[in-house]
Amino acid sequence: MSDVLAVAEHRRGELREVSHEVLTAGAELGAGELHLAVIGGDVERFADELDRGAVDTIHTVAEGEEFNHGVYVQALEQVAEAVDPTYVVTPNSVNGLDYAPAVAESLDMSLVTDAVGVDTGGGLTVTREFYGGKTEGEVDVFDDRAVVTIREGEWDAPAGAAGASIQAFDADIDETALGTTVNGFEEAGSGDVDITEADVLVSVGRGIDEEDNIPLIEELADAMGATLSSSRPIVDNGWLPQDRQVGQSGKKVTPDVYIAIGISGAVQHVAGMKGADTIIAINTDPGAPIFDIADYGIVDDLFDVVPALTEQFA
Amino acid sequence: MKILVTVTEVAEPDDEFEIQGQSIEDRYLTYDLNEWDDYAVEEAVQVSEEYDDVEVVSVTVGPERAEETVRQALAKGVDRAIRVWDDDLGGDLLDPGTTAELLAGVVEEEEPDFVFSGVQSGDMAFGATGVALAEAAGLEWAAVINDFELDPDAGSASVRRELEGGVEELTDVALPAVFTIQTGINEPRYASLRGIRRAQQKPLDVETPTDLGVNVESTLSLSSLEVPETGSDVTYFEGSADETAAELAAFLREQKRVEA
Repeated sequence: MSDVLAVAEHRRGELREVSHEVLTAGAELGAGELHLAVIGGDVERFADELDRGAVDTIHTVAEGEEFNHGVYVQALEQVAEAVDPTYVVTPNSVNGLDYAPAVAESLDMSLVTDAVGVDTGGGLTVTREFYGGKTEGEVDVFDDRAVVTIREGEWDAPAGAAGASIQAFDADIDETALGTTVNGFEEAGSGDVDITEADVLVSVGRGIDEEDNIPLIEELADAMGATLSSSRPIVDNGWLPQDRQVGQSGKKVTPDVYIAIGISGAVQHVAGMKGADTIIAINTDPGAPIFDIADYGIVDDLFDVVPALTEQFA
Repeated sequence: MKILVTVTEVAEPDDEFEIQGQSIEDRYLTYDLNEWDDYAVEEAVQVSEEYDDVEVVSVTVGPERAEETVRQALAKGVDRAIRVWDDDLGGDLLDPGTTAELLAGVVEEEEPDFVFSGVQSGDMAFGATGVALAEAAGLEWAAVINDFELDPDAGSASVRRELEGGVEELTDVALPAVFTIQTGINEPRYASLRGIRRAQQKPLDVETPTDLGVNVESTLSLSSLEVPETGSDVTYFEGSADETAAELAAFLREQKRVEA
């Protein structure tokens, strides 16, 4: 029977949704004891909120307000020593990837990141994507013990109260060993356009090739009375300001219509727009992942289709 | 000051490709410098331009083919390169821990002041090598940074970590440390012709895991690879660009989605 240690995530006083999802994935990983570590912040409130599904024991580590990877690594080493888990399951979030690889290294456990599925019949097998979502593979893990980081939104939150044992874990954190200091947070790029308010978004991606081609998409948005947004590479290149970026690190949008032009549909982008009512994709690559979630599609060159579409609304 | 940059070569599949066994057939793959590492190289070269006496060394775990990619980094301003390889490494999926152990061996030899590493590779996308390396080499770290300000006198750096939802974490990190570099942190340069010429003369040393004292045994194996089934049922507009545009416009008007 495999025992599992799941790890919750919170930021600025709120649990992140994935904290529930690690419990569901954790229950799938092992039929033994399911432990949850809640580290930092309002640990008692978080523990109450996470007393769900199949969790048996919740270990609260009251140490600091916000995430600090040094605290997380030390606390998890100690909790793991106490509960001896076969698997540790954490979010595949920016913070998850700031401690999970170190925990795996420190506990001498194997590591598989960004899992979208797990199977433990005959050793651990993890399903994850390769080549930017163009393929999906099954990874066999030879080690008996492993750290698995799960993609956010792939597992449901568990239903029902668990009645777990909530225990304050007395971690011995060596403050002098903490090499990072978190000084605060800032909201990036808040401009005068709020793309989360738009009913229709015309969104441009890497397929536009050059900054000089951006006006082509602007003209379409203008003709349609829509708002212009973009995927990450456009903002990385400085072709549009950050407040136009849709995706995991940008804005999450839920317009009536989302027209993705020259956007391949990487998972980080899809996380920000899958809630759109109707998704329309224009892309030359029929295998682009954007077509997996699109409702309507045009497989063609945007440089042919977009001017023709603008003409339709002129 | 010495900066180590981890550089990996990634395989990009063509739009249309075929899978043979557990891998994409080589004729459908194009190899290139990993996008995240391009930003990491640029960040290192920018630091070397800002301060005196900075050496930028790149390290790659990859087969001989990867030297073309390594030369790209050298052409952009990396001073010398190290490539770690052994044919035993070519067989299966290399787990991030093993890659980290190999890189940690190089860190031990080179003793850099800090390390830049791309957030992830474009093909395997574990997103774990940099942080695993930090732990293995006993360095401090910060993952997913989009801003880097070095304070050499204080022996630290102030960074911004790019969290989800447009939130940035402002963090100070004690050196020596590994920083995993997010795209958009800078504007990677194109190699100049002079840079490309000079890159051919720059040292590129090859080391084996044995040289580094690392026993390589990947804990992971890729047992299947396939094109995921698309759960969706897309309705395609077909025809010439004029036709598809007209169909889409008519659809949007019909749905009263667009008033124009």
